[in-house]
Amino acid sequence: MTGMAFLLPIALFMGICGLFAFFWALKGGQFNDLDGAANRILLDDEAGPE
Amino acid sequence: MSALAQDVSDPPLETALIVPGMHCAGCMGKVERALQAVPGVVSARVNLSARQVRVMHLPGMTVPQLVAALEGVGFASQPRGEDMQATPSAVKGLLAPLAVAGFGMMNVMLLSVGNWSGADGSTRHLFHWLSALIGVPAIVYAGRPFFRSAFSALRRGRTNMDVPISIGVSLATALSLYETFTGGHDAWFDGTLMLLLFLLAGRALDAAMRDRARAGVDALLRQAAPGATVITADGQLEWVAARDLVTGAVMRVAAGERLAADGEIIAGTSGIDQSLLTGESEPQAVVPGDTVHAGTLNRDAPLDVRVTAAGHDTSLAEIARLMESSGQARSAYVRIADRASRIYAPAVHALALLSFIGWMIAGAGAYQSIVIAIAVLIITCPCAIGLAVPVAQVVACNALMRCGIMVKDGSALERLARIDRALIDKTGSLTMGQPMPDVSGLAALSADEAAVALGLASHSRHPLSRALAAALIASGYRAAQIDHVSEEPGYGLRGQWQGVDVALRRPDSAATSAVALEITGGPVRLITFADRLRPDHDEALRQLKGLGVECSILSGDNIRAVAEASRATGLTAQANASPSDKCDAVSRLQNAGRNVLMVGDGLNDGPALAAANASIAPGTASDVGRQAADLVFLGDSLLALPSAVRAAQRTMRVVRQNFALAIGYNVFAVPLAILGYITPLLAAIAMSTSSLIVIANSLRLIRAAR
Repeated sequence: MTGMAFLLPIALFMGICGLFAFFWALKGGQFNDLDGAANRILLDDEAGPE
Repeated sequence: MSALAQDVSDPPLETALIVPGMHCAGCMGKVERALQAVPGVVSARVNLSARQVRVMHLPGMTVPQLVAALEGVGFASQPRGEDMQATPSAVKGLLAPLAVAGFGMMNVMLLSVGNWSGADGSTRHLFHWLSALIGVPAIVYAGRPFFRSAFSALRRGRTNMDVPISIGVSLATALSLYETFTGGHDAWFDGTLMLLLFLLAGRALDAAMRDRARAGVDALLRQAAPGATVITADGQLEWVAARDLVTGAVMRVAAGERLAADGEIIAGTSGIDQSLLTGESEPQAVVPGDTVHAGTLNRDAPLDVRVTAAGHDTSLAEIARLMESSGQARSAYVRIADRASRIYAPAVHALALLSFIGWMIAGAGAYQSIVIAIAVLIITCPCAIGLAVPVAQVVACNALMRCGIMVKDGSALERLARIDRALIDKTGSLTMGQPMPDVSGLAALSADEAAVALGLASHSRHPLSRALAAALIASGYRAAQIDHVSEEPGYGLRGQWQGVDVALRRPDSAATSAVALEITGGPVRLITFADRLRPDHDEALRQLKGLGVECSILSGDNIRAVAEASRATGLTAQANASPSDKCDAVSRLQNAGRNVLMVGDGLNDGPALAAANASIAPGTASDVGRQAADLVFLGDSLLALPSAVRAAQRTMRVVRQNFALAIGYNVFAVPLAILGYITPLLAAIAMSTSSLIVIANSLRLIRAAR
């Protein structure tokens, strides 16, 4: 019972973290161009900002 | 350039360009690098799904500069007009509810496992409270798409699949909350969330399919040019957007440019490619005084054109209006899932009500009767039915896509499965739509001659040269090294091969389109070109007949050309059909009770494609043709037609099996629910098993296109 008092909040907290990470990614437009993202890793000469 | 330097302090502007030719990482890299290399461009970022690139650039830059930069690396592009702002994605709105439902279900299920395995007393109550804490907000959030749709349907006095879902979900949540507050034995948060998760998954799959199709459609270039270079009164050249063109303005149309408005030629002679309007690829010679139409391509030489009709008055816009008004058969179609729910929803609600009344009469208390009625609602919630259609259609669409057939919409497969009559356009649909070199003419060439012909032809972008080069490459020839190649409009190509003068030119006299290959010291070889029927047309038409589809030709071409195709294929034909004639032919057949499939490619087929019950266009079709069609097939073979029809029929068979499975599950589970034996554990097991069975059955369609 005491174990549960720790484990339940931890499990819920981690789940909520995952959920917020997903929302953050969704809002940040990371799901806007799935085809592009899949292909972009093949570009090895991307002109970076530096 | 000084203007650019001044503007550095101004904030950069953003322009979105549509680049339909991008397909892979290489294209993305080329497009981004080409744009970034242009002075004045701050950044360029490709969106491959939408086939667009967003360019941040200094205010001094104009759209034609960006388009020219892309043209330099071989990509046609066009600015995205205001009328085609990115349509909001259908999937995107469902992703967040899906994630919330998934999160909620996993956590509540975790707690429920404790309850199922015998947690009791205060632990059980604690778990119920925690479940309610997670479950209620999750249900409210994840259920919104259903609640909203159900509400709008009810407000209009109708019912759809979302009405029983919303009622079931709300009642189950209310009951579970009551149980939690009063310390009852069972709460149903887990089952409710699972239901929402499955339904949202089905809905998201359906939306993903539609999104993908829409992205493809949006990426198609506009048929009319975005604008034109206009000669102003004081002799200056100025770029004017198409919507700002006025009657009487004079456009200077360079070779290779599309016309932005209808007009009359006042200077210059050229060939006009009208394939967009008529489907005919042979350029039409025009001289001053001739009328030219918006959307056609000026092929050979610059023209000065006085605008006679611009914007909404062009013949192009007229056809677009005809298309818009002819999509009735399609909008009147009710999707099979909605038809099923019209029967299903009242039946389920009646059943729940009857079990409530039955238990009341049998002497159970109001509380127990309500619990049982709600159990019936949860068990019958159309979980598997919600998956039955979209999963089957998504699997079939992916199978078709691997075979080079793009399906734009799930309902297209449903409509295609009911087809019993096909009308096929001639030029470009039944035939290749472009001149192909005559096989016997090619066979007469020696290996050296073929190599020289390929070497010369590969230097030109003229359609005949390209067709010749493609045919020679396909026959396995390698290009010879040709030096000093020059192309002369109206004559052809000349060059030197091993010190000998060679030429690929317009023949001195020929009735049909042909080219002459001349190698000094050798005979002149004449290669004739003709539009050929698509490969496998015999087999394809035979298979269509076997599938119960009666075919005939419906063409805008002249009687002689159509009669030839009709003889070759053995189909009856209607010739000289205008766009509205084609549209009429479709609706006549529909009035006679037939389900019509239209196969066409040109702009002139657009209205008929939109009017038919289902429509297919080849990938080489005009933008309008591809946009109006439900399916687009890539590749040359006409066998795509029977494959698509067969896959559609198979899909519908699987969808019907899925319905049968889902209903069979209900026949088994509903009596248990009515008798009051259903616990949350049983509900969770029953729901997930029936959904998994439906998904497994749908996966059989992976080979649907074979």
